[in-house]
Amino acid sequence: MSLSSDLRASKEILTNLTMREVRGKYKRSFLGQTWSLLNPIASLAIYTVVFGFVLRATPPPGDPSGIDVFTLWLACALLPWTFFANTMTGGMNALLGNANLVQKVYFPRYTLVAASMLSSLVTFGFEFLVLLGIAVIFGSNIWIWIPLTVIFVALLALFGLGIGLMLSIANVYFRDTAQFVGIGMQVWFYATPIVYPVTLIVEKEALWRSNGRDFPLTWFYSLNPMERFVTVFRDLIYDNRLPEWGDMAYCLGATVVSLGLGWLVFAKYQARIAEEL
Amino acid sequence: MSEQIAISVEQVSKRFRMFSERNQSLKAALMRGKRASFNEFWALRDVTFDIPEGSTFGLIGENGSGKSTLLKCIAKILQPDNGRVVSRGRVAALLELGSGFHPELSGRENVYLNGSILGLSRKELAAKFDEIVDFSGIESFIDQPVKNYSSGMYVRLGFAIAINIDPDILLVDEILAVGDAAFQDKCMEKFADFRRSGKTVVVVSHAMGSLRTMCDYAAWLKKGKLVEVGPTAQTVDDYVDATHIHREQVTKADDATRWGSGEATITEIELLDRAGQRTANFRTGEQLTIRLNYHFAERISRPVFGLALNTREGYYLWAFHSRDGGYVPDSIEGDGSIDVVVPELMLQPGTFDLTASIVDYTTTHTFDFLRNCTRFDVEAGTPRESGGAVALGARWGNLQEHPAPGNGFAVPAEQKGNR
Repeated sequence: MSLSSDLRASKEILTNLTMREVRGKYKRSFLGQTWSLLNPIASLAIYTVVFGFVLRATPPPGDPSGIDVFTLWLACALLPWTFFANTMTGGMNALLGNANLVQKVYFPRYTLVAASMLSSLVTFGFEFLVLLGIAVIFGSNIWIWIPLTVIFVALLALFGLGIGLMLSIANVYFRDTAQFVGIGMQVWFYATPIVYPVTLIVEKEALWRSNGRDFPLTWFYSLNPMERFVTVFRDLIYDNRLPEWGDMAYCLGATVVSLGLGWLVFAKYQARIAEEL
Repeated sequence: MSEQIAISVEQVSKRFRMFSERNQSLKAALMRGKRASFNEFWALRDVTFDIPEGSTFGLIGENGSGKSTLLKCIAKILQPDNGRVVSRGRVAALLELGSGFHPELSGRENVYLNGSILGLSRKELAAKFDEIVDFSGIESFIDQPVKNYSSGMYVRLGFAIAINIDPDILLVDEILAVGDAAFQDKCMEKFADFRRSGKTVVVVSHAMGSLRTMCDYAAWLKKGKLVEVGPTAQTVDDYVDATHIHREQVTKADDATRWGSGEATITEIELLDRAGQRTANFRTGEQLTIRLNYHFAERISRPVFGLALNTREGYYLWAFHSRDGGYVPDSIEGDGSIDVVVPELMLQPGTFDLTASIVDYTTTHTFDFLRNCTRFDVEAGTPRESGGAVALGARWGNLQEHPAPGNGFAVPAEQKGNR
């Protein structure tokens, strides 16, 4: 099947499945859509208290924006991370959670994973707009960087989709994938400079080197695509500067690899999903 | 078969795995060093036939013969291991109605969701929306979340969507027993319309009677292999003949008539009195327990047990099946028994014949049917009434004397027997 014709044919399904996810998520809960703002606010508050006051992480002020607000600095990385995590876990459960549909009706299966990503994107878009608004209040001069920000949101979404496609298949074959991914996500979260600045890692490497241990810690550290994504988002929103070309290229490359690999895996295994479920 | 081919099934084989060990978790798979061990069996083996455009095509065969697997292969839900299925036009499958409804969303939202999954664009759906809602007959509930729907409403909406999206090919698993009689009529009408307008229908069913009248062609599958394909009358006759032989094996020779497909059989019928003793003599007003002992050769979901009562003269008095009785187990396999308790036997003295059966939930497929298999006598008891077959527990009373001129003809005499 060709990707583009498949995409066209399933546009309607995609829209409707996404609407289903978005509408179904907070339907008939007391606070409704407000939950999608309350959750990030709560985690921002917790991390601000723990890492901003108790552990005293002090990120450098925005350059050239000059903003120096820990919570805002945190949010610029935490929100994209949460979006990525939601895309991944949502995609992972997309096939298993819709087993009844997959076993009874034929339609392009990847739409389930993609719709889950799109619904996370809707929630994220909502949060992100609020974040941008607050950033502007604190003096961020985001306007000229908005097109680039949108591009990187799209790249991050596709990066998560690729991983989601792989995990959705893995989850059908191995039902405990979710447990492993849960642990993996925690490690990944702390391996990404979200609650602490990258400078800590750089300082550590320098310390090691002065003690005679030559280890390219920063090099390993920045293999992590999410480190690059988070850095790019901070550059754009918090610092208001053009991210480094290397970071941007790395994000693009990671997205292409993840999506390509995800599509290959999915195409190979999707035919047997109905019987494996 | 000079028409164009709607679906061509080309040497389709499908293999399933029967797992003796299945490690569905990564931990278990790593610890055991393998993901699974299994035996393979062929659910379909080298099946080839064509379904002409505009025909109604039946798939027949015993349970487990691969009919539904084939239907799922045609619907593209399963992918054949060998061979291929080529179909022309939009295919809609009525495998499970309302699957994919989101319980929290309203009926309206679900129509759009389900319709798009079945391949309709938003514009087409908007044009058909009224027709769909009209057909389902649940206008006033369409903006309610479907979790509040009754199961009947749920299925009716699902059916209305599937049948109104106007597919070129419709796949139906079992003749649908959906909703009340009026709705079933509507469905049958819609099917007829559908066939008249030259669309192709593929039906899987055990109801030979309706297949014979509905279908133009039929294919008979046995253990995954194609036995025969051709005009319905011929194929169905051959199939019924072949399964007749099978039937005689399950029938114990006695003078009662017996038929059915034999996957489930009634092994013995016991009539018990209040004390639980077996007897064939009862008194009017006594408690009667009918115990059906059964043997299910395979697991059957939602079987329905039926009983009927005739007088010795052959007058049909009463029938009651467990679906109407609201007592249908999810599934049964192996041996066991089921009781029907009649707290007060309201029959007048006479001799009565009992008919027992096991049928499927739609009551269209008969597993075992024993006509007049058990006879019992009823002797006078309480209440005691004067004649006929049934005792109604009627009472005489309310005498009102009107002062009458002359003869004492004033008491209104109630005639017995006119119900």
